[in-house]
Amino acid sequence: MNNLLEIHHITKNYITDKEEIKAIKDITLQVHKGEILTLVGSSGCGKSSLLSILAGIDTATSGFFQFHKENPVIGYMLQNDALFPWLTIYQNALLGLKIQKKDTIENQEYVKELFKKYKLEEFMNKKPSELSGGMKQRVALIRTLAIKPDILLLDEPFSALDYQSRLAVSDDVFNIIKKENITTIMVSHDIAEAISMSDRIVVLSKRPCYVKKIYDIHLTNKKNPIENRKAPEFKDYYNQIWKDLDINV
Amino acid sequence: MSEQAKSIIKKKKRQKFFIIFVQFLIVIGFFLGWEYLAQNKIINSFIFSSPSRIMETLQGLIITGELWEHILTTLYETILAFTIGISAGFVIAIILYEFPILAKIIDPFLTMINSLPKVALGPIIIIWAGANTKSIIVMALLINLIVSIMNIYNGFQGVDEMKIKLLKSFGANKKQILRYLIIPESKRTIISSLKINISMTLIGVIMGEFLVSKKGIGYLIIYGTQVFNLNLVMTGILVLILLSFIIYEIVSFIEKKLST
Repeated sequence: MNNLLEIHHITKNYITDKEEIKAIKDITLQVHKGEILTLVGSSGCGKSSLLSILAGIDTATSGFFQFHKENPVIGYMLQNDALFPWLTIYQNALLGLKIQKKDTIENQEYVKELFKKYKLEEFMNKKPSELSGGMKQRVALIRTLAIKPDILLLDEPFSALDYQSRLAVSDDVFNIIKKENITTIMVSHDIAEAISMSDRIVVLSKRPCYVKKIYDIHLTNKKNPIENRKAPEFKDYYNQIWKDLDINV
Repeated sequence: MSEQAKSIIKKKKRQKFFIIFVQFLIVIGFFLGWEYLAQNKIINSFIFSSPSRIMETLQGLIITGELWEHILTTLYETILAFTIGISAGFVIAIILYEFPILAKIIDPFLTMINSLPKVALGPIIIIWAGANTKSIIVMALLINLIVSIMNIYNGFQGVDEMKIKLLKSFGANKKQILRYLIIPESKRTIISSLKINISMTLIGVIMGEFLVSKKGIGYLIIYGTQVFNLNLVMTGILVLILLSFIIYEIVSFIEKKLST
């Protein structure tokens, strides 16, 4: 399979006033073109740190990563929508383009199309406070898609939502990603969500994290996340990954 | 609208009217009581003055045109110091935000200056800035500037980390983060600091006028004390109360306009 991204022996140590905290011990990974790859691990294990490094917000202590594409555009979606309350949702969606100085009429049209496609057109001139949590998260996704990313980094994008919207929005987001055919790395601590959405799952150890196991997810009648939860293999994957995570409650 | 809603609205209106009416009564009662005590020599009107004497003094000041001169002087100084204080506070807060190490270095000094009773610096200011309006402005700035810097800077620091991360992921530089996020997000803090700032400025201006001036309401009060003309002192205080109330209301109005 075609690799879009290769991660080689990345480590990350944080230095506080008193000590050095090892967040990532050693991560080596290949990310295939067009797949949804989910990193699963207990909270605080350093999975978000990896995304920050890939997004260029943070730097690795050692190791490197390499895109098999020149000047890849990276779309990063955070735990909450981080919409700016003083802007309309259309202006919010243009934010990335404005910062990258790609705010052309053509790209504006593309954003408008995205709004139309994902049924948010009539809300374009509304402020974020007038939208539901799930809608806001979809706007956040449109804002990320607006810059036409080669890879999407999703950092627990549904964790701020209640359970009902979480299911619905993960379904939406999944459909959008697949329709646009964007390679995605997602971070999640929700095993069920990971199985229902991913092509592959990387199980990370506790901090300092390393790759414990990688699963290729094969589900009978693979469709959308909500349907996928009904697949017969779902439970086995769940139990296996739960065991791998070695969660002590 | 239902009958019940109508009656509730009516009740609320009546309550509002009642509150204003009582407030009005308090003011009238205060002045009538004061006048009564003075007229019947229960209090010494040479020391305490009286409303009728204040009215006489006020009339005199209006006829000679002095009153406007004093009010305009104080108003001019206040507006000038307020504008400088807010703009300089804003710029300095941006510099501190951009250079966190600088902010850490000067933090204890800011706190020290802020906790110092600024009036103690009065005599030095007169020597350094001269016995003129400059001294008054410096005095007012000493009081309002630090508060402005601290308020605006705290507003900057309260900005959501997640949003900064988002902008960084788009590759935003510091200037863009400031322009697209920090300044608009702290707009509310900046606006609400206007109200604190105007009160602080007025304190500074009056203090400055006490120390060095030939005009202004502060001068009116301090001059009245020096010549033991308590009528003049009371008139000054009364004018100051009205002036500060009006200025405060104007700033509140601007604040409301800006924050919607």
